[in-house]
Amino acid sequence: MSVPANLMYTEDHEWIKIDGDIATVGITDYAQQQLGDIVFVEIETEGETIEKGETFGTIEAVKTVSDLFMPITGEIIEVNPKLEEAPETVNSDPYNVGWMVKIKITDASQADDLLSADAYNETIG
Amino acid sequence: MKETAFTKYHINLGAKMAEFAGYHMPIEYSGIRDEHITVREKLGVFDVSHMGEFWVKGPKAFNFVQTLTSNNVADLLPGKVQYSCFPNGKGGIVDDLLVYKVDDETYLLVVNAANIAKDWNWCESHATEMGLEIGKDFYNASAEICQLAIQGPLALKAMQKLTSASIEKMEYYSFKKCDFAGIKDAIFSTTGYTGSGGCEIYVANEDGSKLWDAVFKAGEEFGIKPIGLGARDTLRLESGFCLYGNDINDETSAIQAGLGWITKFVDGNDFIDRDVWQKQKEEGVSPRLKGFILEDRGIPRQHYKVVNAEGEEIGEVTSGTMSPVINKGIGMAYLNEGYWKVGAEIFIQVRNKNLKAFVAKPPFHKRE
Repeated sequence: MSVPANLMYTEDHEWIKIDGDIATVGITDYAQQQLGDIVFVEIETEGETIEKGETFGTIEAVKTVSDLFMPITGEIIEVNPKLEEAPETVNSDPYNVGWMVKIKITDASQADDLLSADAYNETIG
Repeated sequence: MKETAFTKYHINLGAKMAEFAGYHMPIEYSGIRDEHITVREKLGVFDVSHMGEFWVKGPKAFNFVQTLTSNNVADLLPGKVQYSCFPNGKGGIVDDLLVYKVDDETYLLVVNAANIAKDWNWCESHATEMGLEIGKDFYNASAEICQLAIQGPLALKAMQKLTSASIEKMEYYSFKKCDFAGIKDAIFSTTGYTGSGGCEIYVANEDGSKLWDAVFKAGEEFGIKPIGLGARDTLRLESGFCLYGNDINDETSAIQAGLGWITKFVDGNDFIDRDVWQKQKEEGVSPRLKGFILEDRGIPRQHYKVVNAEGEEIGEVTSGTMSPVINKGIGMAYLNEGYWKVGAEIFIQVRNKNLKAFVAKPPFHKRE
């Protein structure tokens, strides 16, 4: 199970990489393993500002469907265009090619609530 | 949780495990997609030991099976298998099953794991009424038998290596008792629920390890893989086969489910609910179970509503998935009259959206 040390995490199994007021968001290796073969990623919230903890899209595996949650409040400024044609990228490379959205952070202080790699590792035990 | 003769193999191979019908079963190994494609193109192995097996024997056996099941057992020859169902006396279905005829006085009924107790209770009361001796003429062997399904276009070729009996040319839905992988009296059956051909092999629990090892060794050169219950579901759905509990249940009739072909209204086949189902067949019945393919991107799932272009509710999805072969959402739904023709436009309500779909006849993977 890969949990890169340079990322921050949520208990909902999202990862976030903050670079100034822009952040990239995806789901963790653990999440993709639990879901199994991902066949459909639906994110139709580009341009919207969404609160921390709210749903910004859904991800479907063959047998299950799961919501995608905002790790911190922000505006969705870009959706990974690769996911429409190749959703399986989320299985094969969840932390790089399989990223979900880029967001513009509205409240940087929320980052304090995120989990470090060590803390996230503990939650998935 | 109960274990099958193969549970330890699944765990050792690192399968994702879960409880199914009270058994500790493998859900997936290498991933549902990979397993699905392996079965469609090569061959894969399913542990189906959780299925139930009832023996029916003696001079009253024929009458019992003929009355309890909807298909015509008089048409069944020794060494052949029949797909059938138990009508429930109220126009619904107790379970779907396979009927094996060994000879005029020996039948094997193979039923769904989740329904073993329910089927047994249903059959037992009728068996007693008809004068069969429980435990002798009607016998539950479910706990003693383990079973592997080897499915896929290369399955019979690979399995031929394990027996001197001629199996490669066996007709679909037939069986023979043979010496298989050194196991005496194995039942080798050209059945299965994937739509890709292959076989199912029944042996005693104590011979399970021997069977598993031999099957994987024989299949190695053909690319054999273990397959979990996840792919079992996508394979059967892609082929349009009903799953009890999803597509058929105690409230649905065989006629509604499109299983008219396993209900034979002929002289001498006075099965339970014959009158009700014959009336439905002659006068029509709605809703009916139909297959469909999604045109829009998305995945239909059980209990999603089906609507027409005006947004009026016209049915409900009973099974749905993403077809790994055609890469589209596929499913089955009970639809009201007026939406039964192939090509009819329907809409599946997926969360807050109506996704366009059209009625289609399975198997879905052989269309394009």
